[in-house]
Amino acid sequence: MSETIRRDPRREWIARNRLHPEHARVIAALGGNGGGAVAISEWLGPNGVVRRNPRAIGFIGPNGIKRIDRSGLQQGGQPTATTTAARDSRRTVVIDQPAFLVAVVPDMTGGRLSSHDKDLLGLARRVADADVERPGAVVAILFGEYKGEGGGELKEQALGEAGIDRVVHFDDEFYAGFAPEARLAALSAVEREMTPRCWLLPDSPLGGADLGRRLAVRLGERAATGVWQIEADNKAPMGWRCTARGGGGSLDIQRPLPRVALALAECAEPVDETRHAAEQLTLSASIPATLSRIEDLGQVAVDPAGVALAEAEFILSGGNGVKQWDAFHHAAKVLGATEGASRVAVDDGFMARDRQVGATGTWVTARVYMAVGISGAIQHLQGIQRCDKVVAINLDPGCDMVKRADLAVIGDAGNILAALVARIEQYREQQQEKRNAA
Amino acid sequence: MPHNANPLSKMELSVAVLVSVGRHPLTARARRADHDARAVEMALSLGNANVQLIHAGDNGAPSEEALRSYLGMGLGEISLIKQSLGADVLPALAAWLRDAAPHLVLTGTRAETGEGSGLVPYMLAEILGWPVISGLAQVESIEGGIATVLQALPRGKRRRLRIRLPAIATVDSSAPVARQNAFGPARRGEFATRTCASAIDELQAQWSEQPARKRPKRLKIVKSASARDRFKAAAAKADSGGGQLLSDVTPEQGAEAIFTLLKGEDVLG
Repeated sequence: MSETIRRDPRREWIARNRLHPEHARVIAALGGNGGGAVAISEWLGPNGVVRRNPRAIGFIGPNGIKRIDRSGLQQGGQPTATTTAARDSRRTVVIDQPAFLVAVVPDMTGGRLSSHDKDLLGLARRVADADVERPGAVVAILFGEYKGEGGGELKEQALGEAGIDRVVHFDDEFYAGFAPEARLAALSAVEREMTPRCWLLPDSPLGGADLGRRLAVRLGERAATGVWQIEADNKAPMGWRCTARGGGGSLDIQRPLPRVALALAECAEPVDETRHAAEQLTLSASIPATLSRIEDLGQVAVDPAGVALAEAEFILSGGNGVKQWDAFHHAAKVLGATEGASRVAVDDGFMARDRQVGATGTWVTARVYMAVGISGAIQHLQGIQRCDKVVAINLDPGCDMVKRADLAVIGDAGNILAALVARIEQYREQQQEKRNAA
Repeated sequence: MPHNANPLSKMELSVAVLVSVGRHPLTARARRADHDARAVEMALSLGNANVQLIHAGDNGAPSEEALRSYLGMGLGEISLIKQSLGADVLPALAAWLRDAAPHLVLTGTRAETGEGSGLVPYMLAEILGWPVISGLAQVESIEGGIATVLQALPRGKRRRLRIRLPAIATVDSSAPVARQNAFGPARRGEFATRTCASAIDELQAQWSEQPARKRPKRLKIVKSASARDRFKAAAAKADSGGGQLLSDVTPEQGAEAIFTLLKGEDVLG
């Protein structure tokens, strides 16, 4: 397209004349993708002066009164243009000739980058981009299936937006599950072929913490573990000094950043201003097959009653409002939930002391917390701060637990629990029938 | 690997537990390390296993008290490898394990004092050429040189692993809680002291250590061009209820709503 602005005086005249029969069509053409109904509020006049139409700004509010939103979101007829500009403000960075490589092995729990992984990639970017003249590239080594957000190209985009320049993806089935030896062999192959300047892994139990220590020992490096901060330091061999948690969380150890570092969550800000290429790489050499001495036999079904309250995923908790405790225990069994209790229920002797949830008991982290007949004392609500979804069954609609809950059902706890148990038994039967039919 | 050839029976299973001197998180007194005590508990619960305790390090009076509390769990003897302060205990431990040749080595995930990096089991495994697993929750069976164990996953889940012995396994807080230590056995227990040349850890001597600083809390930064958005983000209440409230419903309707939520969260097995 030519840069010269070509004006059509006739069309501009029609656009100014609201009574012209072709006015709506011309406005639609001028307004671009704004849609035919929206009048433009700003245009370049015939003398090169910007003209504004004050009647085109704003929108009609619910009471029929015109409202003008000055936040910049509803300016005239181009709301879409501003939002796309906001979305595209991320700089696209392509590093063709990296001076060095920083290897990152994200955990990818559930096939997605976790927030810990994103923090770690932010740290990797800091190390890679330290010298603007000679930037390094971040290589992510992914194991197993990658689900990503969205599908197709969006999947790759999510990796790029997290700050990844190159991707090495091992998705053979023998890397799935707990396969530290196979993964270690793959990482050793990456080390031989690319020789990254630095390896960064998340210090998360059973993910990077295990694999990272294996890798460090294999490479003969004294890994820094529990790293939560890095600072530039010219005297250090890598140019960085790190602060690591040691001594059971009671010490901060300052040391030069070694080649292998295991970082804690929130070690750096995740990348959000740039977008990277996330270019696929493949290893030229094949990975030698290893004889595995550790065999993964898969996950085991566990009894929910035996799960520690602090790490239970689904808790059914009872309080003063529960009258039939046998029915409560039966409901917990049918639901497959771990049992918890409020302080009153424990004090009255209905539940064991180790089942108490709250400030004086256990601080729980359940994904779903179901509070039956618990009004929600502040000490109890503190204990369930980190729960994702809270379901409350209570007689009092004004109590604090109902305010906290994502779903609150007002009614008698016994009846509702009985109905829920019946509903779930029915669901289980349907599932069983489906399985039998299949 | 000397033990792969001859199949093990339960009678001759020998388990070595590496124990360290812990530090109470509040009082900072020397105590038995929590994870190591759980490892001892797991070894004692294996039945007919011959359990040996090993500690390598400097032993002053407070650390002797702490080591005695492992003996108080019902063991007669602890092997003590004397090392000078700031020594790298790895060569000494590796030499001891090579001599004793246990079938299974248990230890805590990481020490509560010093560097506490949790690297020792991995380094020992590399030196000895044994497999290593982390997060051991339960030993199910040991037959024919192969152990079937459960590994703890987050959220109380378990994974079954089959591992070839001899092996090293680390134990964390998902393992059963350690038994109490009794005063009498702790007094009666003996130290089998053995000296070994100490290799000073020179790398660690260069690091600077200081009491842990509180980590800065991450701020919620709202990047937005308009002041209105930033104000809205700053003024927003942390948790405004916004939940669904069902009153005046039959128990069946309430149960149906709860059931839908539970199904959506995928917690019904």
